[in-house]
Amino acid sequence: MNAPAYNFAYLDEQTKRMIRRAILKAIAIPGYQVPFASREMPMPYGWGTGGVQVTAAILGPQDVLKVIDQGSDDTTNAISIRKFFAKTAGVATTTATEDATVIQTRHRIPETALHENQVLVYQVPIPEPLRFLEPRETETRRMHALAEYGLMHVKLYEDIARFGHIATAYAYPVKVNARYVMDPSPTPKFDNPKMDNCPALQLFGAGREKRIYAIPPYTKVVSLDFEDHPFEPYRFNAPCALCAAENSYLDEIVTDDKGGRMFVCSDTDYCEGRQAAGHHGSLSAAPYKEKAGSHG
Amino acid sequence: MADHDMLENVEPLLVAKSLSKSYGRIAACRDVSFSLYPGEVLAIVGESGSGKSTLLQMLSGQLTPSGGEVSYRMRDGITRDLATLGEAERRFLYRTDWGYVHQDPAQGLRMAVSAGANVGERLMAVGWNHYGRIRDTASDWLTRVEIDIARIDDAPRTYSGGMRQRLQIARNLVTEPRLVFMDEPTGGLDVSVQARLLDLVRSLVAELHLAVIIVTHDLAVARLLSHRVMVMKGGRVIETGLTDQVLDDPREPYTQLLVSSILPP
Repeated sequence: MNAPAYNFAYLDEQTKRMIRRAILKAIAIPGYQVPFASREMPMPYGWGTGGVQVTAAILGPQDVLKVIDQGSDDTTNAISIRKFFAKTAGVATTTATEDATVIQTRHRIPETALHENQVLVYQVPIPEPLRFLEPRETETRRMHALAEYGLMHVKLYEDIARFGHIATAYAYPVKVNARYVMDPSPTPKFDNPKMDNCPALQLFGAGREKRIYAIPPYTKVVSLDFEDHPFEPYRFNAPCALCAAENSYLDEIVTDDKGGRMFVCSDTDYCEGRQAAGHHGSLSAAPYKEKAGSHG
Repeated sequence: MADHDMLENVEPLLVAKSLSKSYGRIAACRDVSFSLYPGEVLAIVGESGSGKSTLLQMLSGQLTPSGGEVSYRMRDGITRDLATLGEAERRFLYRTDWGYVHQDPAQGLRMAVSAGANVGERLMAVGWNHYGRIRDTASDWLTRVEIDIARIDDAPRTYSGGMRQRLQIARNLVTEPRLVFMDEPTGGLDVSVQARLLDLVRSLVAELHLAVIIVTHDLAVARLLSHRVMVMKGGRVIETGLTDQVLDDPREPYTQLLVSSILPP
């Protein structure tokens, strides 16, 4: 505790106990949204208040924390949350996925496979998968209770009717442990298969909506689909321009105003690791200005 | 009542026993009893405030009666009191063996999703998981209710009033229910559209051997569709009988008034 003005990890111990009880209940009922008394945090809603509270409740002095935002360790959101815990909890931080024990994430699951001693904490804006299909919260709760999920397929049906395929690209609904339908937070559907049978514990915190839910380790997570339109993860058909990875999730970056663009791994740690191991993409050695003339 | 040894076709589908509902000192519905048999169309007529809608809501399990009970013969042949059904069972009944056609189609439809998905929703709710088959069944039903297949991907908010009402009927009938509740299904439609809708409902009822409880204030609708009529006034059933008998030879002064207030064509 190097910051005496705060309790360890900012929240007071009673609050942490309350959040831990919600987490335990969430783990006991995989995919079920447990209400909890979400606190105000020193950041705006939408910046990960739910994830931060979950992290604060589970963090111990020996933990090593990694925070990513859209796969990246170096965006504003990731840096400020990492600094927040470095200051209020004094825990070690890292950007390396395999070294971390707690990983707080916004919108991605790391490319490096997770292991048993890790907890992945998701920041969730809207925990209710049925939200835009059924406006009444009383009704959606009842639908969860009775496992009435026909409406979820109505959404997928609409996608196929309109676009010819399931066009939902992120927040793709999953069924957890053959019971609850869950919103995996706005991760790309590319990441959905990583949630299935994952050795790490996955916790989801929604601060504004005051809900916590969880996927215990080695739990079956199935993406919803139709028999004749099976679930397919989506990825840009290109190698990473920096590390030449063929199987990672890519960000599309516009490089000029003449249609130039490049595709790079969204997971910066994974990309840097591959570059350090000697993998080079088409643009990795390019000096900043001189060779930027690739039009793709 | 639950005499299982009787022949199946003479056992009633739905039985109401001295149903009543009061709101404080106001009795909206008093001591209503009747039996409905499979394939039978029963019209409940009466003026506004006579308790028709309250009765329909109690029969369809949406409103808890203050007294009396409603029992229904389930698909497995066992007659059960609706009040003893669990919520899951009641909702399952609601989206499989029952249909409910609202006066305002916006209440019975999802106005923002396509017609195909509106019809397919009940199928997906009972576990259909094959897009092609859901779509084929939906287009089949749209044809049966005379909606152009080309409109299958349009949302009902782009439909006319008559089309919405026909879509609502298709959405309800897709799981082949045995009992359909209709609350003023032709209200707010112009006369020619009404005639077409009634024609459609009449042929579907005959074809599918549906039992229907229809609430209406329009005696012409009752005459066209129903086999039996119940006339309500002040929360009570004042007259009941075969449709032609009640409408052509009304006994109660109030029924006589109702029948005589139809303008001659």
